[in-house]
Amino acid sequence: MNPKHPFAAVGAPVERVEDLRLLRGRGKYVDDLHCEGMLHAAILRSPVAHGRIRAIDCAAARAMPGVRGIFTAEDIAQTSKGSIPTIPLRAAPLPELVRFEQPVIAHRKVRYVGEPIALAVADSAALAEDALEAIGLDIEPLPAVAGWRASARNDVLLFEECASNQPITYTASKGDAASVNAAYVRRERLRVQRHTACCMEPRGLLALWDGAQAKLEVSGAAKVPFAVRRALAQCLDLPEDCVDMIEADTGGSFGVRGEFYPEDYLVPFAARKLNRPVKWTEDRRENLLASDHAREVDMEVEIACEKDGTILALRGRAWVDMGAYVRANASVQPCNIAQYLSGPYRVPNIHVQSTMVLTNKTPVGTYRAPGRFEADFFRERLFDMAARDLAIDPVEFRRRNLLCKEEMPYPFATLRPPERKGETDSGDYRIALERCLAEIGWAEKSRLQGRLIEGRYHGLGIGCFIEGGGAGPRENARLVVEPDGSVSVYVGSANLGQGLETVCTQIAAEALALPMERIRVFHGSTAHLKEGFGSFHSRSVVMGGSAILAAAENLRGAIRAAAARRLGCAVSDVVIGEGLSASQAAGGKTLALSESVPQGLSAEGTFASHHHTTAYGAAAAHVAVDARTGRIELLDYVMVEDIGRIINPLTARGQAIGAIVQGLGGTLLENLVYDEEGQLLTASLVDYLLPSATDFPHIRAILLEDSPSPHNPLGAKGGGEGGTVAVGGVVANAVAAALVTLGVEPRELPLAPQRIWHLIDAARR
Amino acid sequence: MKLPAFAYACPETLEEAVALLAAGAGTAKALSGGQSLLPTMAFRLVAPSLLVDLRKLPGLDRISLGEDGVRLGAKVRWRDIERDARLASAHPLLARAVAHVAHYQIRNRGTVGGNLAHADPAAEMPGVAVTCDAELALTGSKGTRVVRAADFFLGPLSTVLADDELIVEVRLPAWPPGRRWGFEEFALRRGDFALAGVAAYYDPDAEGIARNAHIGVIGACHRAHRLARAEAALNGRAADEQAILASAEVAAAEVDPPTDLHASAAYRRALVQTLLERALLRAAS
Amino acid sequence: MQSQTMLIRFELNGKPVEVEVSARTTLADCLRHQLMQTGTHVGCEHGVCGACTVIVAGEAVRSCLMLAVQVEGQAVTTVEGLSREEALTPLQAAFRKHHALQCGFCTPGMLATAHALLTEDPEADRARIREVLSGNLCRCTGYIPIVEAVFEARAAYVDKSAKA
Repeated sequence: MNPKHPFAAVGAPVERVEDLRLLRGRGKYVDDLHCEGMLHAAILRSPVAHGRIRAIDCAAARAMPGVRGIFTAEDIAQTSKGSIPTIPLRAAPLPELVRFEQPVIAHRKVRYVGEPIALAVADSAALAEDALEAIGLDIEPLPAVAGWRASARNDVLLFEECASNQPITYTASKGDAASVNAAYVRRERLRVQRHTACCMEPRGLLALWDGAQAKLEVSGAAKVPFAVRRALAQCLDLPEDCVDMIEADTGGSFGVRGEFYPEDYLVPFAARKLNRPVKWTEDRRENLLASDHAREVDMEVEIACEKDGTILALRGRAWVDMGAYVRANASVQPCNIAQYLSGPYRVPNIHVQSTMVLTNKTPVGTYRAPGRFEADFFRERLFDMAARDLAIDPVEFRRRNLLCKEEMPYPFATLRPPERKGETDSGDYRIALERCLAEIGWAEKSRLQGRLIEGRYHGLGIGCFIEGGGAGPRENARLVVEPDGSVSVYVGSANLGQGLETVCTQIAAEALALPMERIRVFHGSTAHLKEGFGSFHSRSVVMGGSAILAAAENLRGAIRAAAARRLGCAVSDVVIGEGLSASQAAGGKTLALSESVPQGLSAEGTFASHHHTTAYGAAAAHVAVDARTGRIELLDYVMVEDIGRIINPLTARGQAIGAIVQGLGGTLLENLVYDEEGQLLTASLVDYLLPSATDFPHIRAILLEDSPSPHNPLGAKGGGEGGTVAVGGVVANAVAAALVTLGVEPRELPLAPQRIWHLIDAARR
Repeated sequence: MKLPAFAYACPETLEEAVALLAAGAGTAKALSGGQSLLPTMAFRLVAPSLLVDLRKLPGLDRISLGEDGVRLGAKVRWRDIERDARLASAHPLLARAVAHVAHYQIRNRGTVGGNLAHADPAAEMPGVAVTCDAELALTGSKGTRVVRAADFFLGPLSTVLADDELIVEVRLPAWPPGRRWGFEEFALRRGDFALAGVAAYYDPDAEGIARNAHIGVIGACHRAHRLARAEAALNGRAADEQAILASAEVAAAEVDPPTDLHASAAYRRALVQTLLERALLRAAS
Repeated sequence: MQSQTMLIRFELNGKPVEVEVSARTTLADCLRHQLMQTGTHVGCEHGVCGACTVIVAGEAVRSCLMLAVQVEGQAVTTVEGLSREEALTPLQAAFRKHHALQCGFCTPGMLATAHALLTEDPEADRARIREVLSGNLCRCTGYIPIVEAVFEARAAYVDKSAKA
């Protein structure tokens, strides 16, 4: 790439192309789509957490005016050869896990509140909901297990035929952690609560069935449209090329939206059955009950160090509450907790086990920084406790153990099964830590540690982190020269609201030496490319952007070849100039793009890599705690992260700040609470507390690009999740530091006022 | 979450509205600002057969100030209270408490009458009404009756309002100059319902002795109510730190708070003590 | 029971409209699915998220907590009405400059709220802006750039109120 030409857009804080439509109400989200003859679906969901379905009486509902169809497991079994399809595992489909896949509709049993039991299709959404109320449901309740401890006893089984509620235990190991004899050992039990992405746009689908051609088109795809197409075609017994998944504007994903859900089958099923377009829009209650939950894990974790704080080993055991089924990408969180517990530190010996435990609750999936947020809370909390025991300054403790530049690439623990190794890529982690300390003013502010000032205790916390990105195996792009000389860019990455169109436009503009106005980016939909992988694991720019570079190189080659024919010279003599014009070297004749290439000339490009990127950084928080109410005010929060080459500083910083605030939500506010019967008590935005504009006004994010990734031509690293990773540990450490004189040690999130108050109250007794 | 089906009426007189409610025989509901009713219907927790929209009823949107105090028409919105500069002196406790109600858009629609009729134990307005010995004028088929706020609320979302009755006015007794007061609440986020809140005032006599102490609680209760023992602990004493701490301690013992997912009873009790301390210290300062 | 339908007339973005609605149809659903003004979004349908904020008679309201029949005879303004054909308005331009939107779903509600606020109080300080915006949830931006954008857009409203 040539950063000097006039269209060098990479690295500039370019205002987003998406904004022009989104700011004027011209975005098209899936619920904005309307079409002739469209029907509306609503879903009857289980009111009990565990039970046997005795009968479903749909007669009254079917007879209601405006109702076009009611479908249950029975109807689906009839059309799919007697069996109910299950949601296929997208990530690591081990045989141990396949047994626990979720059927697309409850069949004989229900296993969580919110599990789909019937689908009503009617002339309007209101009528479809009315129909749900007329369905007679007879469910024999079974004892429910609403927590991992009760579940682990295996006396209530979610799957009787499997004889256990624990599908698998992953192990991450390195060195010989068991035989480490250390001068200092501390073991703690820590916990992260269940919470989730809660995108502002609920999920939705519009399915159109073309009976004449036996083709299905589904709008509302996101994140991984190609994977969902594969799964859907398989479940509906259709050839893959008879199904198109179309991306609309997408109101956030954060890992949760876009995986294959029961509705992704049910709505197209109904459209085919009724031969009418069917739309379904998840309402907020359903969103909290039915979209993936995340994060809930208990962990026993042990650190072994020398007296000087040098870490010798980390050992631990995590129990991850998976909810009732193992969904498409559910293995990511338990794996990441084990493999990335060591984070950015030098830990020679590791033995961590992570066990999936099923409970009668909503199934879980990935949510921004899956497993990493949790692991960082465990590790950074434990580090502060160890540092205090050893009378070592917490910053010094980290400096001592943080990886050095000379140690790159540094191996993580090896994960099994199946065996997965990994390593860091590049960077000088201490630079980020020192910058963070300077930015928050650690040296001056550390005198505030634990001090009571005007009725509030002040505390500072620090933590270091890494963020993974750039998952393989590959990504594809296709560039097409349009008649007007503009270039259309088709890329397999998906836009979830992160500004992908703008960033890909910048990359293509620079690679082709075209002004950004002459690039149009199309993404995500299966109609655009033969194969695509989508947006997850902070991969869309790293992989999709690199694929665009490859395609651009191929396009330039094609132009050179075409121009060489026209100019009657050797391909090697052709030079590509501004606007993709081609000229014979040494002042020869110049052909405009339209003169040199046939209309519709296109070039494809693929970027393949199995090397993950490792962005890294440090974060620090300054809090004030009102011990009388337990309220924590965040006075300052600073994150410094090196994310390799930055394509657009404006959007990169936006990701960082947004990620931090999501982390703060999970640390201080958000909690999906169940009662002992498995009823979700927080199924509205009144009780599920998202951060609002008044909660966290003091946040800073500083992004560095000192250490480009060696593994892709852009030098970019995934940077969408790092802001979230560190928050739990850092803020909890600040609170612990504030309340040190009271002897309070937070071991569980969220740090809700009532929890803090009860900790203080208990410490005083 | 589409609203269940209902019939809709938009009467132009109070008499018509009452007649419609009476004919509904308990299945009709009055629609004022709709900011509590419509969410409840969206979750299909209630499904009235008829909504009687009060928007065309004349004369219920006035804030009047007189010798006898402040009168709020049932359709007075939070926004109207917020923007009425007279209330800062005519009833500072009301103005302060209402500043905590919900958010900007809700405040543009939500009404005093609708809020009182909804009877959420954590809402501010019932707390102000009860603490200040307000009276509520209710009009029904049998005419108008006046009920003390303390007698109006029966429990969470439960009042003495008959099926055919509407709140038409809230009457807050006159606010004497020199009154000391405070309002404190604790919510998890700005605009959320209070986990606990207190409204308090007293009238110091010439010697600075607290008289006529009124202390009311919201959130940490099943319905807004006054705390007679905490009031007694303050009355007749100089409102110094010692008296304030004593009153707050009594208040914590006097409340009977519920436990829910956001706050245990013990935590709410402690909040009441802290908030009352802070409210009274502010009052005394 | 069957929902009653009624013919209503009101002014939408400066133009008179007439629409037959069921009594139970919220203003949000009427705008989006009957009048096809899909710029206004629905994020919770229970009055918490603020995505559906529109301006009725000059005041910001949650259109999921208002029945369509209740706007009979009133003037309603949505994000479409706050937009111009040729260019972004100063408020929209400030949002773009500060990267105050990512997925864009909450944005129309944010714009409606901010427009109503700055119209009545063009000197709103950051604290007031934050307080007012606390009724509009955003999951992407962390709010900081939104507050900055609204703060910057004040200038355009000060000019406007000076002219008026």
